[in-house]
Amino acid sequence: MKRTMKSVIAALSMIALFAFNAAAGEVEVLHWWTSGGEAAAVQELKKMLQNEGHTWKDFAVAGGAGANAMTALKSRAVSGNPPTAAQVKGPQIQEWADLGVLTNLDDVAQAENWDPLVPKVVADIMKFNGQWVAVPVNVHRINWMWCNPEVFRKAGAKYPQTWDEFFAACEKIQKAGMIPVAFGGQPWQEATAWESIVAGVGGTDFYIKTMVRADEPSLASDTMVKVFEIFRKIKKYTDKNAPGRDWNLATAMVIKGEAGMQFMGDWAKGEFTAAGKVPGKDYDALTVPGTADAFLFNVDSFIMFEVKDAEAKKAQKAMARLILSPDFQIVFNVNKGSIPVRSGIAEEPFDAVALKSMQDFAATARTGGLMPSMAHEMAVSPAVRGAMFDVVTNFYNSSMSPQDAAQKLAMAVKEAKM
Amino acid sequence: MPTDARQPGLASLLEAALPKVVVAPSFAAMLVFIYGFILWTLYISMTKSTFLPTYDFVGLAQYIKLWRIERWWVACRNLLVYGGLFIFFCTVLGLMLAIFLDQKIRIEGALRTIYLYPLALSFVVTGTAWKWLLNPGLGIERLVREMGWSSFTFDWLVTSEMSIYCVVIAAVWQSTGFVMAMFLAGLRGIDDAIIKAAQVDGAGLTRIYWKIIIPSLRPVFFSAFIILTHIAIKSFDLVVVLTRGGPGYSSDLPATFMYAYAFTRGRLAMGAASAMMMFAMVMAIIVPYLYSELRRKRDA
Repeated sequence: MKRTMKSVIAALSMIALFAFNAAAGEVEVLHWWTSGGEAAAVQELKKMLQNEGHTWKDFAVAGGAGANAMTALKSRAVSGNPPTAAQVKGPQIQEWADLGVLTNLDDVAQAENWDPLVPKVVADIMKFNGQWVAVPVNVHRINWMWCNPEVFRKAGAKYPQTWDEFFAACEKIQKAGMIPVAFGGQPWQEATAWESIVAGVGGTDFYIKTMVRADEPSLASDTMVKVFEIFRKIKKYTDKNAPGRDWNLATAMVIKGEAGMQFMGDWAKGEFTAAGKVPGKDYDALTVPGTADAFLFNVDSFIMFEVKDAEAKKAQKAMARLILSPDFQIVFNVNKGSIPVRSGIAEEPFDAVALKSMQDFAATARTGGLMPSMAHEMAVSPAVRGAMFDVVTNFYNSSMSPQDAAQKLAMAVKEAKM
Repeated sequence: MPTDARQPGLASLLEAALPKVVVAPSFAAMLVFIYGFILWTLYISMTKSTFLPTYDFVGLAQYIKLWRIERWWVACRNLLVYGGLFIFFCTVLGLMLAIFLDQKIRIEGALRTIYLYPLALSFVVTGTAWKWLLNPGLGIERLVREMGWSSFTFDWLVTSEMSIYCVVIAAVWQSTGFVMAMFLAGLRGIDDAIIKAAQVDGAGLTRIYWKIIIPSLRPVFFSAFIILTHIAIKSFDLVVVLTRGGPGYSSDLPATFMYAYAFTRGRLAMGAASAMMMFAMVMAIIVPYLYSELRRKRDA
């Protein structure tokens, strides 16, 4: 009898414990940051939330650069049971907001003064009908070119500023028996290099017209033909094993001195750091020729779903506030190799490449050179992006003429917009 | 005794109903999850669904668009090349291996296991292994060059025009053993008396194979064809691992096309339309074949 009483009490207290936990406010967060530095970065957010008395339920879906996570999110949302927050970026934020399932974060934004801190180009992506519905986390710069100074020295080449200089350097490196450009032949990597060329050849206005507004006459214009010509010319300076190669293997070629340069976003820095290389000495990060005044950005963000429970709502708002807090911005971005999305962050914890990025981010935000990346889902809808990818990858891997490519690009985009 | 009379009645009723009761859940599940969802996919393919399903009817618009997309044509052409070669080589090589193994040779059991073993691997493992073997910088090309033949080239994997043949090589390697096992079972099922009679009549070995043994394997050809066809059409993992549809989208198949459109590009309706086209392809091949085979059986 006594024993029964005891177990009943134990059971009751367990129930009370669970009930209490649920009341303290839980956030369930869908994300795909499951590897190395990224996973460590997410853990920091979890700790910060727990310090404020909330609980964190991890909903990590690895793989497919977020494609798997999106599939999981859709099935949860369709069944009427979305998580509290989910890692969603770019124009997809608008698509989710359009369904009316996102919560309004304006009160947090006002209290924390987000509007002056976050550049308008970025803020516009996070807002739906002028209301904040998503929180930006970090900024990656796409238009970087990672160079091995040793290769350039051996070949007697100098760092290029223009496309002519670029090809001159390629020529010299090739003559010296090394691979000028380390390339990974996967559609997203091809598009990453290609959009940097679009910005480098066409400039800011052309980039906005083609990659953000997907304006068909501009897509079929002579400038676009020129872009394709340069893209085709670069292929001559890559090795024939490039198709299918992962980006980090291409980076390794630059690290080992087999290749001279690689077009890649600033996450490539992580590979250099892991190999014990020092920026300015063992490797250099240059802007892609013609894009010194341009900053193609890739911003990760969390959308917040409408939740009913009052405590959960509190936890959700706390999460939104913490993400843009200086402490988290530093910890997260140092771990992930990106830069803070807001101004007013201490510079000391960041390395030289990140500092250059941060200065350019602030400067281009003023001059209008701050542009969303098409290849990294910041600019156009997934359908239009997919259409562009198809044409770019087909052009790069076939003998299609640059003129045909520009025409096909305009046609494919038109079809995808319908 | 009315109760006694009812007892056996109930039992026999139960006995009669039991098979139906046991089969009912799986039947219901099949009805919903296979046929129900085929119908649902058909409906989705006639809507404007983007990244979530919507139900506004637009008729055949998505199909018209689908057949205008160059990538879909590439995928269909690839399926033809891949499916054709895959079925042909699997059948021919499988039959050859089975005939050789059937010659009452020593250690047949061990050889059989070796040929059958690739089937134990998933397509993901096969794809990864062949990706390394076929990569010019890592695999066969490099090996041959290091052995001294420095002009040797075998770079199909990184050549747009040839990449689909790499998929054929890996798929044939994986599935031939299985087809061999099927033919071997068929060969063992042939009555020795017929062969002996043919020998008595003075027929040579080739003639016996061409005129007696291979024709009597007809049902095995039939099963092999059906199984290989559906493996070919649903092929997805092998392409994803081996070539990722590349270079470019030169080795795309309808299944990878469908996945890309439905799940990564937010064009659910277009993905559903391509899925229905795949379904139609399967039906177009299987139904006439099934029909002719079944009719032959009835006529016989």
